[in-house]
Amino acid sequence: MDIKEEYKEVKGKYDVIIIGAGLVGSIIARRLSQYELDILLIDKEPDVGTGTSKANTAIVHAGYDSPFGTLRGKLVVKGNRMFYPMCEELDVPYKITGTYVVALTDEDLKTLEKLMENGRKKGVPGLEIISGEEMRRREPLVNPETTGALYAPTGGVSDPFMLTVAAAENAVMNGTDLMLETKALDFVVEPFSLHKKKVAGVVTNRGTFLADVTIASAGLYCDELMEKLDIKYDFYVRARKGEYYVFDKAKKGSVHNVLFPCPTPVTKGILVTTTVHGNMLLGPTAYELKDKEDTSVRAEGLAELREGAKRLVPSLEITDVIRVFAGLRAGGFLHDFIIEAPAKYWGFINLAGIESPGMASSPAIAEYVENLVREQGLELRKKKDWNPIRVGRPDFSELSPEEQAILIEKDPRYGRIVCRCETVTEGEIVAEIHSPVPARTYDALKRRTWLGTGRCQGGFDTPRVIEILSRELGIPPTEVIKESWGSNFLTRPTKDVPEGG
Amino acid sequence: MFEKQYDVAVIGSGPGGLAAAIAAKEAGAQDVVVIERDVELGGILLQCIHNGFGSVIFKEDLTGPEYAYRFIDQAREVGVEAMMDTFVLDLTPHREIYAINKRDGMVKINARAVVLAMGCRERPRGALAIPGFRPAGIYTAGTAQRLVNIEGYMPGERFVILGSGDIGMIMARRLTFEGAKVERMLEILPYISGLKRNYVQCVLDYNIPLQLQRTVIDIKGRNRVEAVVSAQVDEHWQPIPGTEETIPCDTLLLSVGLIPENELSKKAGVELNPLTGGPYVDDTMQTNVPGIFAAGNVVHVYDLVDWVTKAGLLAGRHAGEYATQRRTESDRKLRVVAGDNVHHVIPEVLDPSDLEREPLELQFRVRRPVEAPVWVKVEADGELVKRKTERYVRPSEMIMVKLSPKDYDKVAGAKKLSVRVEEKG
Ligand SMILES: Cc1cc2nc3c(=O)[nH]c(=O)nc-3n(C[C@H](O)[C@H](O)[C@H](O)COP(=O)(O)OP(=O)(O)OC[C@H]3O[C@@H](n4cnc5c(N)ncnc54)[C@H](O)[C@@H]3O)c2cc1C
Ligand SMILES: Cc1cc2nc3c(=O)[nH]c(=O)nc-3n(C[C@H](O)[C@H](O)[C@H](O)COP(=O)(O)OP(=O)(O)OC[C@H]3O[C@@H](n4cnc5c(N)ncnc54)[C@H](O)[C@@H]3O)c2cc1C
Repeated sequence: MDIKEEYKEVKGKYDVIIIGAGLVGSIIARRLSQYELDILLIDKEPDVGTGTSKANTAIVHAGYDSPFGTLRGKLVVKGNRMFYPMCEELDVPYKITGTYVVALTDEDLKTLEKLMENGRKKGVPGLEIISGEEMRRREPLVNPETTGALYAPTGGVSDPFMLTVAAAENAVMNGTDLMLETKALDFVVEPFSLHKKKVAGVVTNRGTFLADVTIASAGLYCDELMEKLDIKYDFYVRARKGEYYVFDKAKKGSVHNVLFPCPTPVTKGILVTTTVHGNMLLGPTAYELKDKEDTSVRAEGLAELREGAKRLVPSLEITDVIRVFAGLRAGGFLHDFIIEAPAKYWGFINLAGIESPGMASSPAIAEYVENLVREQGLELRKKKDWNPIRVGRPDFSELSPEEQAILIEKDPRYGRIVCRCETVTEGEIVAEIHSPVPARTYDALKRRTWLGTGRCQGGFDTPRVIEILSRELGIPPTEVIKESWGSNFLTRPTKDVPEGG
Repeated sequence: MFEKQYDVAVIGSGPGGLAAAIAAKEAGAQDVVVIERDVELGGILLQCIHNGFGSVIFKEDLTGPEYAYRFIDQAREVGVEAMMDTFVLDLTPHREIYAINKRDGMVKINARAVVLAMGCRERPRGALAIPGFRPAGIYTAGTAQRLVNIEGYMPGERFVILGSGDIGMIMARRLTFEGAKVERMLEILPYISGLKRNYVQCVLDYNIPLQLQRTVIDIKGRNRVEAVVSAQVDEHWQPIPGTEETIPCDTLLLSVGLIPENELSKKAGVELNPLTGGPYVDDTMQTNVPGIFAAGNVVHVYDLVDWVTKAGLLAGRHAGEYATQRRTESDRKLRVVAGDNVHHVIPEVLDPSDLEREPLELQFRVRRPVEAPVWVKVEADGELVKRKTERYVRPSEMIMVKLSPKDYDKVAGAKKLSVRVEEKG
């Protein structure tokens, strides 16, 4: 995007600006919203969490594998401890399932020992190596050749996208300004001292916003922002694609545990896990690429998944697939998180290379960033009326018939089913469209309500959702989009022939 | 909760449901209700604004809505009640129906007999495991049909249609009328999967390029479909390297089959035939759950609406008789099984004593096309009961054999009836 003159006009002044409303940026915003600060959270997309945060494995890692001595290794263990209480406050689904690393050979058993040793050094609680027999008892579908497994009782699964929405919403409830479709294009840089310059704000497509502290949490795009400030590390950001299979909840022969294969020096391998909503999930692959927008799924990737998963669960059949998707990791060379205030600037905090286990680490990342904000000279005074509790909107399908009846009586729109497979009502959709972090696209609604994710994959609801979005947003149906710009569903009203045709 | 008692409750108001409600009324049931989730009665017919309906029953060439209105009017005349904009959420084996709507909130209906007439839904499966992006611009053919014919909007301008089902072919023509371009129709099988009639009238007549034994192997475009990549497949449906073609387009339509809509049936404990996706039914269209009947696409996917209507009439009559306790159950059950080149037969079970009183029809589909005259044979424990000639058989077309009371003696004592298709000569 070119920087037009009009973008340079100053539109507002904040204490803190956070670039990127992925799960990391949103959780940072929420954490900082407990202080007397004016905060602006921006994202370039029409919804929060549409980057890496919407497409990943969703495991709350216990933290035994990230190496001792790294920032990542430290934050994941702490993050895991903070994670579940945070989900409670934010009404985000999670399950403390425990996780298993499955050994198939005697060689693998040695790897388990090393992982356990690494985990214990870092203070991961409850690690235990169980026998192959015990593993088979706990998960009868596991490869019969299993020789043992590392059990991590504090591992679990959650919903990273809902976490992002909930955290952003809680931040907004506590006074944070959220601006979507707002892209950071450049920084306002001013002289500060002999050795430092001051980052005094951000230039966006909606004008310039000044701030005392600017936090860059742009996921895969951190390098584009760093380039503007000429910040270089010993690595470059590369996208690493991870592909997945998702299965119908009702699939027979589903695995209901979180199973990791034994990692090799080259790869962590293909997991077999269950989402917090009960769908079996296979993934991810790891494929390096240059194009950061390339979330396409490769045929080779799917073949790799099928093969990899069969090592863990030989009986697995690839039937009842409801979705394949790909996520992009912000992979760096250092294989560690970078979270710091670069020495040559004042008022700037940079986050880079926040790859897995970024979700599990997220509450600890936010705490770490809070300390950096303090070091940048901001005084953090607690708000008296900070409310850490966010309550989710009712999920009609989870209510008892009596509760459903009450809801319909209050708002008849809950009496109209829009998605037949997942039983999503018009009432729920309208509530999401007008929520603090509004859902204004089809995919935004899909991620919040699970509409269109069932057996018919949106065949039934799509026309109805287009109609509702058009009505509630006051836009013509042809302007309703699926996810990002240009993803329009409809081209024109019928009965007029396209130009030239 | 709003609660009400009916003799017969019909779920779904397509041609199957409407016929069942009318027949139930005519069979003497007092209170008959049709429950429909849409705001209008008529089912899928309402979006089928093309003609080609009613050739058997009315000997006329009607559009879908015209065909539907004839039955809607008749249902009104005989006093069938209708609950529209009402979604059935649950059904119990004791025939308790839980539904919701904006007006009454939760509704509970107790019915003496229930007719399942929920129709079918489109298979999205073709798209699920296709590699590539998931941009806007991928629709099932029926969804596109609804967008164009009911909502009045075009889902795209340049189409590739995957699958040669009837809805796909009908949409190919419809979209062409609207000034869009259908770049290609791709079918993985070596033959078209829909009706020949539709192929001639919708594909050939409009010069739509159809390619057999090809499928889509990749979807390009991050936000909106920009192209699909097709490839030739071998006999195991695997893409053959080197045969890829990139076809620029903005929309991919999937017309890869329909499956009976039976989530509710499952909740009521109705047993489903994995081959059809529909309930096992007997010659009265009763399922394994007493008092629960089924008709139309919910049982197996029909090619012509006229047969759906007939099935609805049959199911409705028996549901009416069940509700008014005028039918005495006999425990004589004869299994009907699929033999050579037969995919499945409806009904799966029959009571020979019914045949003693009135003729009955066996409906079936073949597994493989045979473009030459064949024998259709019905056998009772291996003994020939009936045979008839068909000039050709195709999986897309349902075939019927009628048994009459004359045949009663031959089947009366048998354990099993089978249907098979045999090439002549
Ligand atoms: C395949 C895969 C599997 C993973 N599995 C796990 C797991 O099991 N457990 C776990 O803990 N972690 C996992 N992770 C890691 C986790 O998903 C990430 O660490 C986390 O989502 C990163 O969040 P984020 O907010 O940093 O990035 P993102 O979600 O990418 O957010 C960055 C945001 O910044 C916005 N943005 C970018 N540039 C600009 C700009 N110039 N202006 C405005 N906005 C901008 C983007 O639109 C985006 O919304 C996985 C990651 C991948 C890819
Ligand atoms: C696109 C298309 C084109 C066709 N073209 C032709 C043609 O040219 N000629 C021809 O003879 N035949 C044609 N057919 C076939 C014929 O129209 C169908 O076989 C027939 O309409 C099926 O009737 P039905 O009553 O079984 O189902 P439907 O008409 O599908 O009716 C089922 C009804 O049940 C309702 N329902 C489902 N679940 C619930 C619930 N939980 N609660 C409340 N209501 C519910 C639905 O809303 C729907 O109205 C076509 C079919 C389709 C799909």
